[in-house]
Amino acid sequence: MPLTPEDVSRIAHLARLELSPAEGSAMQTQLNDFFKIVEQMSAVDTTGLEPLHTPLSAIGNVELRLRPDAVTETNDREANMANAPAADEGLFLVPKVIE
Amino acid sequence: MSAPLHTLGVAELGRALAAKETSSVEVTQALLARAKADTHGAFLVVNDDAALAAAKAADAARASGTAHPLLGIPLAHKDIFVTRESATTAGSKMLEGYKSPFDATVVARLKAAGAVSLGKLNCDEFAMGSANENSAYGPVRNPWDASRVPGGSSGGSAAAVAAQLVPAATGTDTGGSIRQPASFTGVTGIKPTYGVCSRFGMIAFASSLDQAGPLARSAEDCALLLSAMSGFDAHDATSVQRPPQDFHAQMLHARDGATAAQPLKGLRIGLPREFFPAALAADVSGRVRAALAEMEKLGATLVDVSLPRTELSIPVYYIIAPAEASSNLSRFDGVRYGHRAAQYGDLMDMYKKSRSEAFGPEVKRRIMIGTYVLSHGYYDAYYLQAQKLRRMIADDFQACFKQCDLIAGPVAPTVAWKLGEQGDDPVKAYLADIFTLPGSLAGLPGMSVPAGLGEGGMPVGLQLLGNYFAEGTLLHAAHALQKATDFHLQRPKA
Repeated sequence: MPLTPEDVSRIAHLARLELSPAEGSAMQTQLNDFFKIVEQMSAVDTTGLEPLHTPLSAIGNVELRLRPDAVTETNDREANMANAPAADEGLFLVPKVIE
Repeated sequence: MSAPLHTLGVAELGRALAAKETSSVEVTQALLARAKADTHGAFLVVNDDAALAAAKAADAARASGTAHPLLGIPLAHKDIFVTRESATTAGSKMLEGYKSPFDATVVARLKAAGAVSLGKLNCDEFAMGSANENSAYGPVRNPWDASRVPGGSSGGSAAAVAAQLVPAATGTDTGGSIRQPASFTGVTGIKPTYGVCSRFGMIAFASSLDQAGPLARSAEDCALLLSAMSGFDAHDATSVQRPPQDFHAQMLHARDGATAAQPLKGLRIGLPREFFPAALAADVSGRVRAALAEMEKLGATLVDVSLPRTELSIPVYYIIAPAEASSNLSRFDGVRYGHRAAQYGDLMDMYKKSRSEAFGPEVKRRIMIGTYVLSHGYYDAYYLQAQKLRRMIADDFQACFKQCDLIAGPVAPTVAWKLGEQGDDPVKAYLADIFTLPGSLAGLPGMSVPAGLGEGGMPVGLQLLGNYFAEGTLLHAAHALQKATDFHLQRPKA
């Protein structure tokens, strides 16, 4: 089933993107072209196969490594917030979300 | 010194510096001048002050007895690695002017080895592209022919090395982004096994695929860089825990039964029949087979093998990588860093306007694909199925490596194409990644090694793929080829 303009709008909303009508229509064509080459995937029988989430698990078990729960970073709030588009007194500023 | 400084590679410069024939300051000044005069769009930032200070420090360290193969060697970083000294953009308007509070691990390790960073190199936006035409800061041009692309996404890195602005550069490879630009510009590049180089401070595109690696003028220079860049890093949860590796020593290590005339004796090179389709460009096929014939003369034997899911790796990769990208790029919300729209209404409107203004078309496409394949009702058919096929692709390689030690083929189906030639057809560009995607999905190490010139006098790359952690075998084979031939010494006309 090819994607409709409504599908494209729904996906754009989920992705937090705003597409102009021209962008949306080009996107629809390009996504539908792309999903034509994806069709060949569904023809392959993958019953019983484990998904490969991380490549090295192709040759053995990959354990998620946990670090000790210890403080390793010093407080460097000013440097870490220096790139914020809007900040005040150590807080990130956003439009009002609670009335 | 008789040879101009910019013509020297990493190992040669290291010898010249050790012999006091030149100084790091002298080399750095010479290369800074070239970088600033460059017309290929390779550099986004040239950082004179920091480079000269680092060069002076390297000369002082050498005077006081410090020695390291990279001490005082100038290089530059793909702008996907965060650096404290220069802004980091990832080729995107989203991060225009972004100043990282820390250095990426790869950057910090090269700095600790004494390498001198000249600045930051252009790349496709968030490393998404195969032509370096997706950078928000303009395309990079191929030093062999300015009307052609340098490949991507590490296009600035490849062009800078090919144009002799730097002897080496860092790059990253998610689906071929080191190997393919290396091939298009006639330089040598290696993507190590997934987990060998830390991803800490490498702006994330697709976390289960992204790997850092060097681009340089020879396998030997790549080995020197990779030794310094790699190694365990607690800051990256997928970093492989093992002792530091000396890839240069591994490269030099003679094979059992090898002779001076036959250094590759006993090496079995598998040629997947799917890597040599009838439709493969004749110039590419011819150059690759000629390079393989040279390796045969050096003692290697060629074996026919099969990677039956080569073509399937295109949809598998272009499902998995965008899925991971859509998740990674959700952090760009205009709140903590990055672009925020000037005009917006509520919070949702701020997110949408900020992201839509700052992301380029290819990034938006991949976010859309990724969001869709991860969304309710489509996850199993697309994302999960792709992950299962990814295991089949990795298993196919393990079956091949029962019959051979390395796998070889072309890096790309053609030489570098003309800027703008692919027009508005992203799928056409995706299809051209066919030979690099299988190794990426499996997480295997791979190289592009120059194999001579094809159509229009443009470079052709030989792709070599190894089994997990076989970087030493790859570098050894490439080094043997480069000692016997001069493909890697061919340079674009200035």
